[in-house]
Amino acid sequence: MATIAAPSLASAEDAYAENSGIWSWITTTDHKRIGTLYLWTALFFFLVGGLEAVLIRTQLAKPNMGFVSAETYNQLFTMHGTTMVFLAIMPLSAAFFNYLIPLQIGARDVAFPRLNAFSYWVFLFGGIFITVPILFQVAPNGGWFGYAPLTTNQFSAGPNIDFWVLGLQILGISSLAAAFNFITTIINLRAPGMTLMRMPMFTWMSFVVQFLLVLAFPPITIALFFLLMDRFFGTTFYEIAAGADPLLWQHLFWVFGHPEVYILILPAFGLVSEVLPTFSKKPLFGYNVMVYSGIMIGTLGFGVWAHHMFAVGMGPVADSIFSMMTMLIAIPTGVKIFNWIATMWSGEIRFTVPMKFAIALIAMFTIGGISGVMHSSPPADLQQTDTYFIVAHFHYVLFGGSIMGIFAGIYHYYPKMTGRFLNESAGNWHFWLNFIGFNLTFFPMHFSGMLGMPRRIYTYDAGQGWDLFNMLSTVGTYILVVSTSIFVVNFLRSRTRGLKAGNDPWGAGTLEWSIPSPPPDYNFAQIPEVTSRYPLWDLKDPAKTAGIAHSHADSATITDAHAVPVHEETERHTAKSLGIPMPFPTSKPFFTALAMVSMFSGLLFRRSGHDSIALTVVVGGALLFVSGLYSWLTSPLE
Amino acid sequence: MSSHAAAAHGAHGAGHDDGHAHHHYTTTGLEHRKIAIWAFIGSECMLFASLISTYLIYKGRSIVGPFPHTEWVNEAGVVFKPILNIPVTSASTFVLLMSSLAMVLALQAVQLKDTPLPDGANWWTRAQRSSQGWLLMTALLGMTFLGFQAFEFASFVHEGLTIKTNLFGSTFYTLTGFHGAHVTAGVLWLFTLLFIDRKRGLGPKDELIVDIAALYWHFVDVVWIAIFTLVYLIQ
Amino acid sequence: MSSDTKHAAHAHPDGWTYVKVGVILTLITVIEVWAYYVPALVAHPFFNPGLIILSAIKFATVVLFYMHLKYDHRLFRVLFTGPLIIAGCTITALLFLFHHFKTVS
Repeated sequence: MATIAAPSLASAEDAYAENSGIWSWITTTDHKRIGTLYLWTALFFFLVGGLEAVLIRTQLAKPNMGFVSAETYNQLFTMHGTTMVFLAIMPLSAAFFNYLIPLQIGARDVAFPRLNAFSYWVFLFGGIFITVPILFQVAPNGGWFGYAPLTTNQFSAGPNIDFWVLGLQILGISSLAAAFNFITTIINLRAPGMTLMRMPMFTWMSFVVQFLLVLAFPPITIALFFLLMDRFFGTTFYEIAAGADPLLWQHLFWVFGHPEVYILILPAFGLVSEVLPTFSKKPLFGYNVMVYSGIMIGTLGFGVWAHHMFAVGMGPVADSIFSMMTMLIAIPTGVKIFNWIATMWSGEIRFTVPMKFAIALIAMFTIGGISGVMHSSPPADLQQTDTYFIVAHFHYVLFGGSIMGIFAGIYHYYPKMTGRFLNESAGNWHFWLNFIGFNLTFFPMHFSGMLGMPRRIYTYDAGQGWDLFNMLSTVGTYILVVSTSIFVVNFLRSRTRGLKAGNDPWGAGTLEWSIPSPPPDYNFAQIPEVTSRYPLWDLKDPAKTAGIAHSHADSATITDAHAVPVHEETERHTAKSLGIPMPFPTSKPFFTALAMVSMFSGLLFRRSGHDSIALTVVVGGALLFVSGLYSWLTSPLE
Repeated sequence: MSSHAAAAHGAHGAGHDDGHAHHHYTTTGLEHRKIAIWAFIGSECMLFASLISTYLIYKGRSIVGPFPHTEWVNEAGVVFKPILNIPVTSASTFVLLMSSLAMVLALQAVQLKDTPLPDGANWWTRAQRSSQGWLLMTALLGMTFLGFQAFEFASFVHEGLTIKTNLFGSTFYTLTGFHGAHVTAGVLWLFTLLFIDRKRGLGPKDELIVDIAALYWHFVDVVWIAIFTLVYLIQ
Repeated sequence: MSSDTKHAAHAHPDGWTYVKVGVILTLITVIEVWAYYVPALVAHPFFNPGLIILSAIKFATVVLFYMHLKYDHRLFRVLFTGPLIIAGCTITALLFLFHHFKTVS
């Protein structure tokens, strides 16, 4: 591929310049625009999931409430979990993977820009597919874990679970495609000099997460495929009468489900590992140990799944092994906590909004981590399992951990993405109300749980000692509604009214801050050669990085013929004027994703007995999908 | 190739001198797609691990027959013989192994395309240069394997084992069917390469696209090596 | 850097080596199938482990020679063996959890 685009092709780049219009978004292959799409879509689903939580908490505010029916309640808690896990936290992380990884490693895009667009469109269509049914009261109602045989035809005859099975299958493909892309990107597109041990910690944690995705999604794909076959084609995988084991689904699900927990938290860990050094004006403490502990968490994460199943009676040997592994995994996690504290220790701390969210993550995640270690012990777990104590635990790690970390990331990177700051005082209101509302919602659940309140019940009788705690939780949820509304308004308004931010508004040390905000489409006009973990601090404040390893003493010395010294780029050019080839905009990933999703949705017609329509749609969708792939793969990228 | 490739050349690179200008810079010097296919293969390991685990977990748990390795008599006194046909599957296993051999030779033929043949090269040396021949042979052997599988499925159904019959039927057809679907995708991929080869000729510059197809094909073969032992031979 | 990998690619074995590997794979398969038909061997406690070892040898042979893992960049070895180990451990753990390793008959 020549570095000079043929004149006839240059028009594609002109089209790129028109950054508005829905068609430009449908055809985009720019990792930053795809990251933006992920961010907006995931925030929308975050609000949907939050709304579901509000309805749940309203129903539970007082004993014997009749705000929603039992069936609606089942749909609400199922969709709340499914939405938050698959449509909010994972894609919010994906938004940062997309936006930040290429910028942090000094690349111009991801390794496969069109595959990246495909991942997003599959996610969007899958998200719509699984969310819309709730408007018609046919949403999935078997819990986010969808335990079979409860979710087989025998016990769930309606179409509800069909949407869940097919929807998760679709979303899994999106995550897998994205993971292969980011693995390749991180391995192969790092700027000269950026060794693995010089990568920013967010990129490192994302790297670990991509491997978790690649290895954890196949087991759920298979478990879902079995369920799909049972539901649509009468196989016997989960049919107890045919001799099936009721634990098969649980095992396959949690083989996926536990690594999934780390898929949700590690990106947030990565984000706060960028925020804390920046606002402490110190390099991250114990970088190597942070990397190794991340890898340890990822690896051990595959050996602890059965701790979700202590109550099913696996026997003392299995219980002991999984209990021990679970306690073991607390060690690398604890190491991270101490390293973050040590990063702040004697630093020049600036309590900005992102910093507050990052510190909140450390504190709240620690609480959730400690209750997690409590139920790593099978005897304790037998008392706690399926009670609100567990609900309290995983909201402390997922909300207190993942969501706090993601908010830290949003406040930190909003200036990079938009060129403007989020309003600081609105941000403070958001933070404090969020912090108070969160604790008021979930801390009382430790008590209602310990007093025996089971999860997933749609109402309860008075006089069991749960009334006060439930009321507190509900009040907390309404406070969260207020705080989230403040955030939404701030997010929308600051795009045009926020204070202008330059290249490096926070005085951070990594490459993404060396280029304009928002970054030009080509990211870096000249690729820098990196000589340490904080190249920008080397340039602007060498004293800060004097204590860490450099490949050569002078950051202006260049050993790689492909690169220039680390520098700040303040001017905006066009990719064309710089002679940088950019991928063409293309709608092929969009239509290929659409064809694939229609292929899956064809199966729904089988539920209503229209087998010939089902066959037509599935085969037609498959043919369109394959021809879409051919057309995509045979057209040039740039 | 990716946009990054030019990462290095970027601002100055346009129209630059070097014969390497077309060669995109990557950190490791390796091709993106080759890294991606290996990551994909790693993921496929977990996919087939889940399928194989389920097959083994449910092994011997079916309540009604037919069974893979043992005879079964139903309530009406009808005798169902052990259903697995080892001779036929041994033949199809051999066919798939040979397709891997043909595939690796196809890749070699593409790599050697521009290397001049030594004088008086024997038939084998010359045969090794035929990328189209080896690609076609790989695809045909793959189709033969699929033919064996179709025959196997049809005769099993005829003998009373469907995907709904029992746990063995469900797990067996799903596991081998997943593998068969992978072979089918591979055959389609091979015919695509063959088409390109006939249209414009595949040479050393195309090594990558043949290499990734070959890696996929061999992986599908090694999965069958595991399935053959775990499903067919172990009783 | 890329020229190094090009060289590595050409360090692959020649056609005869591939054919020899194919012969070895066929021979192992013949042994496996032959053993299946010898009742005394099937009854032997080492029958199943023996078959698994043989198929592991075939597996490794294809991966090392036909997939060139023996000659290729070590990154690919890491990308393959890491997941393979996790997959193997998962299968083993699942079979253990479903009581497949009880020796009582």
